[in-house]
Amino acid sequence: MSAIPSTALEIAAAVRSGSLSAREVLDDHLARIDAQDGEINAFNLVMTDEARAAAAAVDARVAAGEDPGPLAGVPLALKDNLCTRGIPTTCSSRILEGWRPPYDATVVQRVNAAGAVSIGKTNLDEFAMGSSTENSAFGPTRNPRDTGRVPGGSSGGSAAAVAAGFAPISLGSDTGGSIRQPAALCGVVGVKPTYGMVSRYGLIAFASSLDQIGPFSTTVADSALLLEAIAGHDGRDSTSIDAPVPSLLESLGQGVDGLRVGLVTELMGEGIAPDVAARVRQAADALTAAGAQVGEVSVPAAAYGLSAYYLIAPAEASSNLARYDGVRYGMRVDAPTTAEMNAATRTAGFGEEVKRRIMLGTYALSAGYYDAYYGKALKVRTLIVRDFEKAYADFDLLLTPTSPTTAFKFGDKTADPLSMYLNDICTIPTNLAGHPAMSVPFGGGSDGMPVGVQLLAPALGESTMFRAAAVLEAAAPALDEVWS
Amino acid sequence: MTLTYEPIEGEHFVVVSETTGDSWEIVVGLEVHCELATTTKLFCGCPNMFGDEPNTNVCPVCLGLPGSLPVLNHNVVELAMRLGRALHCSVEPSVFARKNYFYPDMPKDYQVSQFDQPINVDGWLDLPDGTRVGIERAHIEEDTGKNTHAGGSGRIHGADYSLVDYNRAGVPLVEIVGRPHIRHPEQAKTYIDELRAILLTTGASDAKMEEGSLRVDANVSVRRVGDTELGTRCEVKNLNSLRSLGRAIEYEARRQVDLLETGERIKQETRHWDEGAGRTRAGRSKEEAEDYRYFQEPDLVPLAPSAEWIAAIDAAMPPLPAARRDALALAAGVAVTETSVVIAVQRDLDQLALATIAAGGDGKRVLTHVEHNLSGEGAVDLNPATFAQLVTLELGGQLTATQAKTVLAEMVTSGRAPDVIAAELGFEAMDSSELEGIVDGLIAESPEEWADFCTGDDKKRGKLQGFFTGKIMKATKGQADGKAVAAILESRRAASL
Repeated sequence: MSAIPSTALEIAAAVRSGSLSAREVLDDHLARIDAQDGEINAFNLVMTDEARAAAAAVDARVAAGEDPGPLAGVPLALKDNLCTRGIPTTCSSRILEGWRPPYDATVVQRVNAAGAVSIGKTNLDEFAMGSSTENSAFGPTRNPRDTGRVPGGSSGGSAAAVAAGFAPISLGSDTGGSIRQPAALCGVVGVKPTYGMVSRYGLIAFASSLDQIGPFSTTVADSALLLEAIAGHDGRDSTSIDAPVPSLLESLGQGVDGLRVGLVTELMGEGIAPDVAARVRQAADALTAAGAQVGEVSVPAAAYGLSAYYLIAPAEASSNLARYDGVRYGMRVDAPTTAEMNAATRTAGFGEEVKRRIMLGTYALSAGYYDAYYGKALKVRTLIVRDFEKAYADFDLLLTPTSPTTAFKFGDKTADPLSMYLNDICTIPTNLAGHPAMSVPFGGGSDGMPVGVQLLAPALGESTMFRAAAVLEAAAPALDEVWS
Repeated sequence: MTLTYEPIEGEHFVVVSETTGDSWEIVVGLEVHCELATTTKLFCGCPNMFGDEPNTNVCPVCLGLPGSLPVLNHNVVELAMRLGRALHCSVEPSVFARKNYFYPDMPKDYQVSQFDQPINVDGWLDLPDGTRVGIERAHIEEDTGKNTHAGGSGRIHGADYSLVDYNRAGVPLVEIVGRPHIRHPEQAKTYIDELRAILLTTGASDAKMEEGSLRVDANVSVRRVGDTELGTRCEVKNLNSLRSLGRAIEYEARRQVDLLETGERIKQETRHWDEGAGRTRAGRSKEEAEDYRYFQEPDLVPLAPSAEWIAAIDAAMPPLPAARRDALALAAGVAVTETSVVIAVQRDLDQLALATIAAGGDGKRVLTHVEHNLSGEGAVDLNPATFAQLVTLELGGQLTATQAKTVLAEMVTSGRAPDVIAAELGFEAMDSSELEGIVDGLIAESPEEWADFCTGDDKKRGKLQGFFTGKIMKATKGQADGKAVAAILESRRAASL
């Protein structure tokens, strides 16, 4: 068992060369899931049979002298809001119980075509609404680094699956930080690509103008590998960008010599835990040491990102989630009239946080309130884009914490939604701008839990972002290195 | 109360209340939904087909399944722009919006439509009577599915269960919002006729009211003649035919005038036309206007057709009914509002009429034949040169009007020349002295009737003119020209007095 490599790049190379079978790789990972996921609860569903069939197909192709692709035989976990043909897709919500999509999401088709072995569907905050995976209808996921703590969210299951070694890579979705924040809290790499770089077709929508699918991995190179496999234009998503996929793996060794990196002042002060801020400064020093020019930069509108986000995202969600009405699929609670059936179904099917956001969003779009809330939030969004443009006139990349704190304990923030929402303060502005950003593990906090630092780039700036990420990865202190 | 319609100043109509004698004006604005004649739906590749087995033309996108996304059908934009340009609209950069409300026939529980930035704005439609009806907008939206209520009463309330057919969900629609420039029920029907002609001409829609591919809602209000403010309107729905449209407007106007004359106010509401009962009924009462919480559809990108695309549409625009009427009226030397001109265009016989006039046929006579004698099949294939020849024979007195009609019918069937047909049927020009002799003989045979004809009142004389004309036609086997007969009878009467 110990012969199985830990990274996707190594596994794919071994499987493609024939020195390792996809079946062996799969068995190893299934055994780990079997042993540990009872406690971690990263998966809503382990696709044992489908994964075995996929691994066998990969091995058959290798045996036939064919190349199964760049992800050959690599176990991959899918967030359970990505549609999988014939396989339950729940968004960790009761309301979708029993529903089996009749189609695969574009990203699922692409990872399958690249030879990956989809191993299971991972837990999330219901409909991706949350920052701790405590809002799942199927129970919380636990942080593999300390099972008394949350893994972050909403893609907590995908982050935990990678951190626990259940799969070297996984896919999540990021609407306000739902990939980067759990990546930081679990000590893995997580990337939110430029809006439109990865097709959203088959991603069950939370907030359509913000949602973006991206990779988790233990190494920067594995995220580059997976992002290359899923990126690229898709005619089924009107917001998909028709541009060539950047060669991210090639950019990894290019270093940061001469790159200008801005430390965002608004995201380094109040509300950021001192140990986290210290690690970000240490990361800045590491970039300086590697030849980058690091300076401070102000992105004033970023301070209003959270407020704008919690109007725009719920507004879109209130519309996106209207379709769960009990008429055609998922849960139905019968009642004498259609309207009463709709209400009874939604009352029983949605959890508290989802209901809270539907109410917020409905209110923000209502006649008489639209201008004061949703309309104003759109204006703030424009200002954020403008402020980022100004910052990127002087800097190639920006650097911030990913999350204001390390992983917190279960129940710490569930009583106070606002304190939970504040977790996303560093990640939200990039979603509003549509820009790429990623979290890279960089040592631990005073509690010994992982800290993630966030790199931000202008639209389609992934190559530059990955160059810096590789430098940070190489310079990162060990998690158990004493914090000073 | 009986309503009478009286034209004033040519184009306005008034309702006169018998109770008070006051005059009220009807004000109507029509909203028309029409399905575009694309082969596939608005946002997916499913067939846009009426009448197929329920739920066969569906996919994840038009079923609104979780995770599915819309992709705009280019051909919908093409047809919507064709219609917009035919209605003299300006094509503007537009965006799609979501109109949010719960309904079981709407898979996503929101309808993708256009709200504050529609594709076509500010146009007009000229009616044959010369009225110009403003078009506020003509925007793109998706159709809903179709509910069938089964068991129980068969109506939505009291049904045992409901079935939904999603074949229609996602079918492309254009909603054409007309300004309140219509003043008469008949004018409303004419507007729909004219709009249908434009939809058919541009190929935008098959515009069948009976299949629901053209659906009309009428905003009706009334005001005292002379008032400039619009009255409170009611929106009348469930108008499934032109007949319903006219009756519903008339009923609604009467209802509103009655209310206002008894000192009541009109409540702005949606009302449903009940064809059987011949009345409108208020829909479910709503405390306030429904809030659709419109916002820009984030799954679609803004739509900005290029100037080249718009220019190409204009260049390929077929001649539209109003322009065809103008051309025909000019060539025939008649007013554009003449019924024969309107009918010629409606029957697609304006090209034939124009060619016949160009070949030397008299315009008015050609239009008379088109209006009265060319309603059947095959008329469009008539040879303009021989048609012109027929009209010339008729005007030259070689054929009577009745004979010309008979010959024309034979020309449509056989395609042969009019002189040949006339000779075969034994239609020969009757010498006027010969005709006079026959008339005089018949007068002599019926002295009593003749005396009454000469001295009786108008009614009596009219009756006896028919008596003599009939006898003469019988004697001449229909070859006598009716006009000539009338002229001889009149000259003999004048001489006898």
